[in-house]
Amino acid sequence: MNPTRKRRLWQVAAVAAAAAIATTLIAMALQRNVAYLYTPNEVLSGKAGANVSSGQARFRLGGMVAAGSFKRAPGSMEAHFAVDDGDATLPVVYTGILPDLFREKQAVVATGRMRGGVFVAENVLAKHDETYMPKEVADKMGIAHRKHDVQAPAAEGAN
Amino acid sequence: MTPWYLLPEIGQLALILALLVASLQALLPLLGAQRGIAPLMAVARPAAFLQLALVALAFAILSHGFVAQDFSLRYVAGNSNSLLPVVYRYTAVWGAHEGSLLLWALILALWTAAVAQFSRSLPMPVVARVLGVMGVVAVGFLAFLIFTSNPFERLLPAAAEGRDLNPLLQDPGMIIHPPMLYLGYVGFSVPFAFAIASLLEGRIDAQWLRWTRPWTNVAWGFLTLGIALGSWWAYYELGWGGWWFWDPVENASFMPWLAGAALLHSQAATEKRGSFGGWTLLLAIAAFSLSLLGTFLVRSGVLTSVHAFAADPTRGLFVLVFLGIVIGGSLLLYALRAPDADANAKPFAAASRETLLLLNNLLLTTACAMVLLGTLYPLLADALQLGKISVGPPYFALMFLLLMAPLVALLPFGPLTRWQREDLASPLRMLAPWAGLAAIAGIAAFLLAPQGQWKTAIGILGACWVGFGTLRFLWSRLQMHGARLTREMLGMTLAHLGIAVFLVGALLVEGLNQQRELAVKPGQTVELGRHAFRFDGVAETRGPNYIADKGTVQVLRDGRIETTLHPEKRRYAAGGQVMTESGIAPGWLGDAYVALGEPLGGGSWALRVHIKPFVRWIWAGALLMALGGFVTATDRRFRSSRKESA
Repeated sequence: MNPTRKRRLWQVAAVAAAAAIATTLIAMALQRNVAYLYTPNEVLSGKAGANVSSGQARFRLGGMVAAGSFKRAPGSMEAHFAVDDGDATLPVVYTGILPDLFREKQAVVATGRMRGGVFVAENVLAKHDETYMPKEVADKMGIAHRKHDVQAPAAEGAN
Repeated sequence: MTPWYLLPEIGQLALILALLVASLQALLPLLGAQRGIAPLMAVARPAAFLQLALVALAFAILSHGFVAQDFSLRYVAGNSNSLLPVVYRYTAVWGAHEGSLLLWALILALWTAAVAQFSRSLPMPVVARVLGVMGVVAVGFLAFLIFTSNPFERLLPAAAEGRDLNPLLQDPGMIIHPPMLYLGYVGFSVPFAFAIASLLEGRIDAQWLRWTRPWTNVAWGFLTLGIALGSWWAYYELGWGGWWFWDPVENASFMPWLAGAALLHSQAATEKRGSFGGWTLLLAIAAFSLSLLGTFLVRSGVLTSVHAFAADPTRGLFVLVFLGIVIGGSLLLYALRAPDADANAKPFAAASRETLLLLNNLLLTTACAMVLLGTLYPLLADALQLGKISVGPPYFALMFLLLMAPLVALLPFGPLTRWQREDLASPLRMLAPWAGLAAIAGIAAFLLAPQGQWKTAIGILGACWVGFGTLRFLWSRLQMHGARLTREMLGMTLAHLGIAVFLVGALLVEGLNQQRELAVKPGQTVELGRHAFRFDGVAETRGPNYIADKGTVQVLRDGRIETTLHPEKRRYAAGGQVMTESGIAPGWLGDAYVALGEPLGGGSWALRVHIKPFVRWIWAGALLMALGGFVTATDRRFRSSRKESA
């Protein structure tokens, strides 16, 4: 083998090894950090899996903030509200400042875990645009609404 | 009815003419260069200037529509309001989809005209091809504008009142963030067009490559500024006190940045030593493709993001098809023509500067691939029916740290090693004492930090190592007899020092950040480290187009009043949208940050207070990096004419 070929072989081997290590690491880190989105119905009916309903898995809860469900004890940071997907309602508790666009009858995505029948949220997602509904929530809500023959909420509207 | 009424139609016409001119600019010069027909190649320059004039006219007319409040334009009515202050009427032009695309097209026309103006030293076929490829990109964007996102669409009858500009965008940071970002994105079209031209020509000429390098540096500098501005804006405007969220839209701008940083380095190696020619072309294609992908991700609304704006899926499809044509086409061309591009590369030893640059490129592109994977994984999973998922910031943060640690560790060696030859002894001798000093500083930081020891220690260690190592290079360069410090070296030194400054900011604020979120009554004090925040209540004030609850918070340090902050909660008149305006006491050693939450009843309010040590260093570091890019671009070597370099 001439020196140029040998050098090139080494280079290719080094790049391949680095790529393999990087891919493995990336795949492992990715697996550990994904959070699935479920609607209240999927959580309560057990479709989301036992890990979700038992509180072991961290997941994202998506749906609408149910009308008249928002409560906060005077002077307390603890907020209670319910998330609704048309089929089922799940109570949520969140301690902290809610995003500016948080309102009843608006789409919401909260990250957290189940604890004794209540979803304990670590964070509640805000949106830059008041007419925006996350596509994934719209998709899932769309499924619930089609079933009940209700018009799906508009996912679009600002322009 | 005044003749002014017809202005938008003229704007529309200008856009259509611009599309025609861009088509000519794409077709004729490319054909001319392929067949060697000089008159066809000569079309390129005038077409570039004419296209700029037409797009600028359209942009000026849309701006006039905003300033004059022409609510018969659907876009103006949707994104402006009679109460909107005049400054924001100008910036509202790029406040939503149609206008931001028009800005994209305008900046592309600007870059194209600049290339036409400053390419006199290049052979005509190369100029014709570069401008032709930029013309193809312009055709794609102008067609996108005209057919799916016309900013001049009429609303009949005209609206009596506009819907208002999204309040989040009514902010000074937002005025310059998109133009800077787009200057970066679109600037990468120059090295991209050059790469395509080289592939068409079938060879890489060192002189043309030298000519492209300043463009890459300037584009990367602007992109750095744009990203830094976005981060700064998110920090003070979103009210969460965070400066980077690994959000899909942020990632979309970060990927071309990483590819661009890799490109800067490989271009230098290719120009000076002829190494990595094919790789440099591939990176140039990647940087611009990722810019297009970023535009697609932001504009199509396919990803759930804190930045997501309502968007139309058919537009996404158009960009996706365009993206497929541009990326697929250029990769195909690369596959067909690239193999002979590396023919004149010189061999190099294991510990040479080439090897270090190769490692730099490997780490930066892997980081880029990692971000790409994390950003697109939710889309992929959704398409494969694996469920609706999101990838958490810990994934990005961990992977990025792992990939950047070796980059930071190797960085000071880069400038001190030699091209081609193996000589580790001399750089090791020069850097050893500084490595020791950096280690001591890191240990001291570990022992002194009240919390977050590891992050603080790593931050100080990395920053000292990069900072000392870079200054060591500067010193040895200045001492060398008869050697001068070129602008290129100065730019590199500035950018590398920027990394050191950035490391201090990014890791120390992560390690030492203190935060409390709680309910307070007027007169109550919140303790946070050596600081105390006294809440003095909330009063109502009025702005031009909003009503605000304005809080008063006294910041005390060691018992003395240091400053008074006024965080606000604004309710905008037009849409009723509520916005948080945080109160920040900036400082080089740290910010005191207060954001007002909602009223909790009984006179108490939710309050979020932060102490953010060294947070300004993040943006100062980014500024240094951008400055480094700009200074490098002014190097005299890049301006040398054909005769001198021959």
